[in-house]
Amino acid sequence: MKILVAIKRVVDHNVRIRVRPDGSGVETQGVRMSMNPFCKHAVEAAVQLGEAGHGDEIVVVSIGPKLANDVILTALAMGAHRGILIETEAELETLAIAKLLAKVVAEEDPDLVLLGKQAVDDDSNHVGQMLAALTDRPQATFASEIKVVGQGIEVVREVDSGRETIAIPLPAIVTADLRLNTPRNAALPMVMKARSKPLAVRPVAEFGVDLTPRLTIEKVSPPAERVAGRTVGSASELAAFIAAEVSQMEAL
Amino acid sequence: MSVLLIADHDLGALSPATARVVHAVSELGPIDLLVIGEDIDAVAAEAAGLAGVTKVLVAKGAPSSEADASVIAALAEPYHYIVQSAGSVGKDRMPRVAAKLDLMPVTDVVRVLGPTRFERPIYAGNAVQTVSDGQAKHVLTIRASAFRAAAGGNDAPIEVIENSVASAARMIASHRTESDSPDLATAQIVVGGGVALGSAENFRLIEQLAKKLGAAIGATRAAVDAGYAPNDWQVGQTGKIIAPDLYIAIGISGALQHLAGIQGAKRIVAINSDAEAPLVKLADVALIGDLFEIIPQLLAELDKAGVSR
Ligand SMILES: Cc1cc2nc3c(=O)[nH]c(=O)nc-3n(C[C@H](O)[C@H](O)[C@H](O)COP(=O)(O)OP(=O)(O)OC[C@H]3O[C@@H](n4cnc5c(N)ncnc54)[C@H](O)[C@@H]3O)c2cc1C
Ligand SMILES: Nc1ncnc2c1ncn2[C@@H]1O[C@H](COP(=O)(O)O)[C@@H](O)[C@H]1O
Repeated sequence: MKILVAIKRVVDHNVRIRVRPDGSGVETQGVRMSMNPFCKHAVEAAVQLGEAGHGDEIVVVSIGPKLANDVILTALAMGAHRGILIETEAELETLAIAKLLAKVVAEEDPDLVLLGKQAVDDDSNHVGQMLAALTDRPQATFASEIKVVGQGIEVVREVDSGRETIAIPLPAIVTADLRLNTPRNAALPMVMKARSKPLAVRPVAEFGVDLTPRLTIEKVSPPAERVAGRTVGSASELAAFIAAEVSQMEAL
Repeated sequence: MSVLLIADHDLGALSPATARVVHAVSELGPIDLLVIGEDIDAVAAEAAGLAGVTKVLVAKGAPSSEADASVIAALAEPYHYIVQSAGSVGKDRMPRVAAKLDLMPVTDVVRVLGPTRFERPIYAGNAVQTVSDGQAKHVLTIRASAFRAAAGGNDAPIEVIENSVASAARMIASHRTESDSPDLATAQIVVGGGVALGSAENFRLIEQLAKKLGAAIGATRAAVDAGYAPNDWQVGQTGKIIAPDLYIAIGISGALQHLAGIQGAKRIVAINSDAEAPLVKLADVALIGDLFEIIPQLLAELDKAGVSR
């Protein structure tokens, strides 16, 4: 089957971000960027499906600035076959991203689209579900296991009550959770090879999607700071603190 | 301005999150509460009791994101707001509903500033966006933990609606965590354990302490990954968001992604062998030492103090 994986370039998840003092957003200049962790799990899942004989072609797509090439190269080094960069300098809303991806789905007609469950910058957790709606395909979000069974897939999903297994027919949309697999670090020869794999760079305007934002971000502020606490010296002091808290709760 | 609010429910009971979401949006307009799924008669009856609910709509059918999103989108026409909690069901379903209606949703709302202005955290809670939504309709998910619950005592009428939408998805199995501890996302006290517990067996120490305090049990991703705790106990950016009055974090370093889930906690207690751990720095009260010594002592001291809930 043919697999499409959508990947996003974000501020590296280990970076402690800084909110710009003027409230205009989060400082991304001069900050280390990398592939969104959830997208890495999505790429790994595609490559593993390929290795198990289920993925004839793996195409990765990223929407973002020219520099997003680097995350596509990472995915190609992990084992994807071909890359598409939809180039834009604008920060697009998830609905616009989903509409662009729907165009790619229409062109490529993949059996399976894999995405991350959420991007760790905007923490939206939207695009997979929106893409499923726009392409009228079934969805399995928050996947921690994907199995090909007959003409469809069985997906274990991580949900609030534990886990659940659902079966959906292909073509389908799946979003990856972190326990889906352990993403590989591409070995140097694979990194070298990635540079010779096809990578199409296409301007966003080519897709004819209305990208006008629907929401206005009035401002971005840092979260409220907590006041510094104290250290206690023994379990009995701690128990006294907890007991006082509990009786206060019960008084209310 | 009217609100279509979709209830959360589990095992035939209304989830505590829904009363909080009702309260969160009660200023936005009269609320019709939609209960969708299987085994929902008792859920509908409970929902009808929530203050602020005008009527309860009941749509019976096997749960599936596609089918449910279609039902909700079909009902959306007369409403200005379509709202659910930001639990795993709302997260799965509401962006699909929004795209069907060609709307950009505002999700994980932690404050309602006005009819079209909302606050939502980004970057694992390290920044907060103030968003204004000028669209004709608003699709929202609400972080239940950030709001108080609506009162009861109402007796709203219940109306059953036709639901004949078929779904391509089939439920095969549900693997639930058997536990009688309170709902993590809305618990008043949470006791959380990290990878330092070292085994599933040792993690019972956390469960013991939680039981004594009538608390819900939380865990870090590292503890879940290691198999010490089930995935639905995970707290953080990719787990549950909690806002208890008291959070007791034991053997937890306090990684950014974990802190994302506990910012709403009123008081934080940390037990850690490392005085430099970020969670210790953040805690209201910290005790430095070996958790394997401290927890038994703490259990005994709480007994002495006569604490039990
Ligand atoms: C995209 C992404 C999403 C993530 N989402 C989440 C999430 O939702 N939730 C989450 O929790 N994590 C999440 N993580 C993982 C997170 O980054 C940390 O790895 C994790 O929280 C660490 O868990 P921990 O505190 O149990 O382990 P550690 O960081 O290893 O900390 C263990 C702590 O225990 C202390 N300790 C050790 N022995 C003892 C002892 N005997 N007595 C007392 N203290 C002791 C140590 O001093 C240390 O502070 C995510 C990571 C990524 C990349
Ligand atoms: N700019 C983008 N380019 C490619 N894929 C994206 C982009 N933004 C989001 N996605 C995909 O959608 C997933 C969920 O993102 P979000 O809904 O923004 O949290 C990500 O993990 C990616 O797989």
